[in-house]
Amino acid sequence: MKHLLSISDLSKSQAITILNTAEELARASDGPMKKLPTLRGRTIVNLFAEDSTRTRISFEAAAKRLSADVINFSAKGSSVSKGESLKDTAQTLQAMGVDAVIIRHSASGAAARLAESQWMSGAVINAGDGTHEHPSQALLDAFTIRRHLAHGGEDLAGLHIAIVGDVLHSRVARSNVLLLSLLGADVVLVAPPTLLPVGVESWPATISYDFDSVIPNVDAIMMLRVQQERMSDLFFPNSREYSRYFGLNSERMSAMAKHAIVMHPGPMNRGLEIAADVADSARSVIVEQVTNGVNVRMAILYVLLAGGPLEVGSN
Amino acid sequence: MSLALPAPDMARAITRISHEILERNSGSESITLLGIPTRGAHLAARIAANIEAIEGRAVQHGTLDITLHRDDLRTRPPRALMPTVIPSLGVEGRNVVLVDDVLFSGRTIRAALDALGEIGRPQTVQLAVLVDRGHRELPIRADYVGKNLPTSQSQVVRVQFTELDGIDLVSIEDGATQ
Repeated sequence: MKHLLSISDLSKSQAITILNTAEELARASDGPMKKLPTLRGRTIVNLFAEDSTRTRISFEAAAKRLSADVINFSAKGSSVSKGESLKDTAQTLQAMGVDAVIIRHSASGAAARLAESQWMSGAVINAGDGTHEHPSQALLDAFTIRRHLAHGGEDLAGLHIAIVGDVLHSRVARSNVLLLSLLGADVVLVAPPTLLPVGVESWPATISYDFDSVIPNVDAIMMLRVQQERMSDLFFPNSREYSRYFGLNSERMSAMAKHAIVMHPGPMNRGLEIAADVADSARSVIVEQVTNGVNVRMAILYVLLAGGPLEVGSN
Repeated sequence: MSLALPAPDMARAITRISHEILERNSGSESITLLGIPTRGAHLAARIAANIEAIEGRAVQHGTLDITLHRDDLRTRPPRALMPTVIPSLGVEGRNVVLVDDVLFSGRTIRAALDALGEIGRPQTVQLAVLVDRGHRELPIRADYVGKNLPTSQSQVVRVQFTELDGIDLVSIEDGATQ
């Protein structure tokens, strides 16, 4: 494994390796070993051509805990805003000797373009490309679900998970459907028909338009953010109607199974897809997802970068 | 393949090491045993069981994974991480005994000392190994040795434990350089 571009590149055993590594790293950083020397001398660039809070900070924290040098590079305030192409940016980074690039870009496929081109030789980690994929988020979600619901199992076999909301614009949903089904879980997508992408019937998931009928049967509910910034069309009549049919409020939460958890990749639109009292309830693992994010991203960096330059990898 | 330590000899060596650790530290109270996974952890558990049988009370023991502190990470594909379990009293001010199966170049122990330094400041750090096979590359020596085995660089020392391998055995095999 040289790059992390898409969940579809991962085998089940590679995914489990990353989750197990994250588990050990979590134990190390919960305990006394906060800072580890593992990636000392490696340079990692956070190339964020689209806004992000938690993913960028999370990757930065992960890299720093492993003693890598981190350079933050956001589109605003760099030559990208002067119109520099991805190619020129990549060649600049190559010339500076960068070991890995973590890229967030509004164009689907930007990370793959960077990895497949000969523009630079380092590892490429996709931190969200357009409406395509967000593999590190899916891995941290799977890690969170496994911790709460797998009872010590390695995979997610037998679990039922609902992903609810704006699937159309969500890279998180796509990566999660692929990963959760790879790990053996049953995934149901719940959304209005207007917010499902073309070709969704070929995804390894079932589809429902009726949130209330799904709720009692699932072990975890993952709410998606309504991505108004990507909405050029009218996808639902108004936000009150959306909330009524697809929002998670305390009434719906009380219909969930006793052990079931509530997840959200953040940032949340409180009051739209999720009610504030649900987001802050004991069932919500939303804050824990952020904590787990750092450990999972440390595991990704470890698996991609700690080994030798000659790729003998786990493929 | 030649047999270096059959099961009864291996058990006697572990018993002797247990007694030596107790003698040097005047009892088990101040001792924390830390085994280096995989086989060092099993050896530490055996020594802990022995000490408990001798002293009649439990001894602090755990495991210390050193993978993240290795200096040869870049020369091989990424390794799986193993659990680190620090016992309840921690390492601060304790007499820590690092336990590993084979002492060879000494690099594992150097990494273990680094890892230990991240956790705290023990009173002393001692080293117990089942086999010392020579060929040190660093100024490191063991305090407790089960058996000194003269080997050549190209040989492989194989330690087996019943828990993992179904048999207790130390053997020397001719093979490619490690």
